[in-house]
Amino acid sequence: MKSSLLGLLLLLLAFGLTGKTTEQQVFSVQDNPWDDGTSILIEWDLEAGADSLNLQRADSLGAFTLIFNEFAREGRFIDSSLSTGQEYSYRLIAYNQVRGDSLIYIGSARTKAQWFDMNKLSLLILLLLVCGAILYYIFSARRGKELFIRRIGGLDSMDEAIGRATEKGKPILFVPGISDLGDIQTIAALNILSHLAYKSAEYGTELLVPCRFSMVLSAARETVKEAYLKAGKPDAYREESVFYVTDDQFGFVAGVDGIMLREQPAANFFLGAFWAESLILTETGFGTGAIQTAGTGQPHQIPFFVVSCDYTLIGEELYAASAYISRDPQQLGSLKGHDFGKLLVILLVLFGVIMEIIGAGWFKKFFEGGS
Amino acid sequence: MKRNLPLIVAFISGVVILVGGFIPRDPFPRIESTLIEWFMIISGFAILLGQASLLRMNVARVAEKAPNWQYYLAGLISFGLMLAFGLLWGMEKTPGLLGQGQGIVDKLGTKPFDYLFENAFIPLSATMFSLLAFYIASAAYRAFIIRTFESNLLMITAVIVMLGRTSFAPVLTGWIPDQLSWLRLPELTNFIMQYPNTAAQRAILISAALGIVGASLRIILGIERSYLGGGK
Amino acid sequence: MKMPERSVVERRIVFLLLVLAVALPILFPLGLKTQSTPLTEQVYGLVESLPEGVPVIISFDYDPSTITELQPMAEAVIEHAWKKGHKVIATAMWPQGPQMAEIAFKDVQARMERKDAAAKKHPYGEDYINLGYKPGGLVTIQGMGRSMKAIFPTDITGQKYDEIPLLKPVRTLKDIRYVISLSAGDPGLRDWIMTANGKFNVPVAGGTTAVSAPGFLPYVNDQKQLYGLMGGLKGAAEYELLLGYEGTASLGMNPQSVAHILILAFILFGNIRAWKKRKADRLALEAKNG
Repeated sequence: MKSSLLGLLLLLLAFGLTGKTTEQQVFSVQDNPWDDGTSILIEWDLEAGADSLNLQRADSLGAFTLIFNEFAREGRFIDSSLSTGQEYSYRLIAYNQVRGDSLIYIGSARTKAQWFDMNKLSLLILLLLVCGAILYYIFSARRGKELFIRRIGGLDSMDEAIGRATEKGKPILFVPGISDLGDIQTIAALNILSHLAYKSAEYGTELLVPCRFSMVLSAARETVKEAYLKAGKPDAYREESVFYVTDDQFGFVAGVDGIMLREQPAANFFLGAFWAESLILTETGFGTGAIQTAGTGQPHQIPFFVVSCDYTLIGEELYAASAYISRDPQQLGSLKGHDFGKLLVILLVLFGVIMEIIGAGWFKKFFEGGS
Repeated sequence: MKRNLPLIVAFISGVVILVGGFIPRDPFPRIESTLIEWFMIISGFAILLGQASLLRMNVARVAEKAPNWQYYLAGLISFGLMLAFGLLWGMEKTPGLLGQGQGIVDKLGTKPFDYLFENAFIPLSATMFSLLAFYIASAAYRAFIIRTFESNLLMITAVIVMLGRTSFAPVLTGWIPDQLSWLRLPELTNFIMQYPNTAAQRAILISAALGIVGASLRIILGIERSYLGGGK
Repeated sequence: MKMPERSVVERRIVFLLLVLAVALPILFPLGLKTQSTPLTEQVYGLVESLPEGVPVIISFDYDPSTITELQPMAEAVIEHAWKKGHKVIATAMWPQGPQMAEIAFKDVQARMERKDAAAKKHPYGEDYINLGYKPGGLVTIQGMGRSMKAIFPTDITGQKYDEIPLLKPVRTLKDIRYVISLSAGDPGLRDWIMTANGKFNVPVAGGTTAVSAPGFLPYVNDQKQLYGLMGGLKGAAEYELLLGYEGTASLGMNPQSVAHILILAFILFGNIRAWKKRKADRLALEAKNG
């Protein structure tokens, strides 16, 4: 709680540093703030009679060419893809068709690259606070501090599922999601696969791992092989138990459905990133009578898993799985850091609501960032 | 070194991209552009890797006369056919090795690749996705049972949204006067989607995002090594 | 969970009834009309607000499995963009996207000509261009923000970027006036929101399958991370309504509406059955306990 309030104080201070007032000008040309020095910001606030405009930029010989002509009485235009450190001149011609005359505004500015994007200051502070908390709790855990984690039913049931499969002499099916290795959900799934493979090796139960992408296939094979090695059963490992099906989403689903109907696994694990095919997988698995555990970070697939599976890991529980299973202090410490992040967000939301109600819009503006 | 080198690469690239996100000045944009190009090259090769793995697996199953080997052979034939047609005559506006294949287009009405795509691949893909409708119906019939207060609340919401998203909605509640228009099904549905649903989605998104931040930090710092395969 | 035999029969009855519920309204249309919602109107408003000649991107981030929901959206958006005189650039984050794009452009041309034989033609390279598929998702979009030509050196016909008239004013993604991503999953709309809008401030609107739509609603906010959203077949039907024609989506709403009612009936029936079973079990327990 103390650290969350300290975080809030830092944010308020940071806002104080960035808050500024601007004077209203009819036509202004300036270097686009907080960029890589390749754009210029042109703003205008024309008089009431203007009904069309031409915005022009001068080339190296001083000749003006049209770059923008969409009319708005009060508007802005960002001229991008320019060279850094160069001076650029602009001319805005505001026409008044009724009066039959025009007004010309001229301005120039030099492009300049900034060292820091101040629009992202709020993001940086939040990132530092959350990452700082994660690292603090990891180091605390390493020093021996006890960290509590609540029960996650879906993970407790894994041993029961493996035992059931062993009794029936049927294999276990593990689908590590349908996303590539770049997705954090896939990595979380591979963490759980490591534990599952270890237990399968211990009990001598067959494990089937169909993969959608070749990089996931390579990582999954290494994971399972390592697990069998750790269990002291390197000879029991079969490379063909971790196999590639196809890149196509519904082709993969058709393939896995076929495996479920032919091999009749006693336990199915669907952990990782899933999309529309999730219910097709789990309903087919339900039809075979298997005990099913599913988990994904995709909120829109969770309801389908909940209705058709025995156990479901919802959202963050998938990422917590690795810490929960291994009880590794470092991983538990990281989880605690996530909880700090959630507390910080809750406090910010409550504070933000209060600030909006009392009309202090600067708080929300600070977090909006952007130009 | 085999394990340390990937960890070092992960650390350096992670930190550079992270820092580059906040510093717009050179050299970070150039480093980012270079890393983007490398990523796209690797992504391209990853596709090739997948196809090679597919071929190897299917050929092995056919050669060993594994159970249902005929289906693996059908898979290989389909793969070969599409590859050949695509390479030789291309697809749509893209030319193949033999150009735009005007002769074959005159006979078939379209390029062979496009013919198979539109008449085989599209219907097959759409059919697989359509299975979802049947499974949703059977899951709803089996599992959508009112047992608790929460499931009761869920049921009421589901009925409103399911009716509100149909063309019957304006007919069913169109008679409600304008002063009470918020009671009409489409308006109630919009309210549910915009407020309670969005609030819940946001909460799950924030939690998942924090999980991603934590997992990414662990990967960058080398605490999480499962992507290398195996344990620590 | 173990499924008893009786459930197998029940399941087949459910499937058969669903087939009838979908097939009959197609054969005998009910003539029901849909109603537009603010989310679809926002997308429409974004396209409507821009003048003639502006370059825009429509990203075909889906494959044939979701063609029923997303292709009508694509056709509606293309027709609207062409009517407004926008220069349409088709890209794809999914491998089958370019073909879906070509089919959509062809179908829209044909429909516009069927409605009016003297309708304006939209030549390739002048009114629209197909840049094809590029892997990489979010990373590719970031690259587009630095240089479109570097990411798409040629279009799908092999013509060089610099030789295409439509692409002359487009150096980076920042020159694009809006992006509409028709997305069935990942990579897709979320990557466009995070990068095109989050990093380069390009307005992004989207169309997704109905199941994914609720997950994108948090992005429809004051900061306009997402300028409206078309969700599923209904979203496509709403856009067709706003454009003033009845396409495949509008016709598809008939069977979809009947199917929804049928599923509600299944839920009701399932609950009655469960309630009867609970009652019977309770009576049996009472009888056993005396």
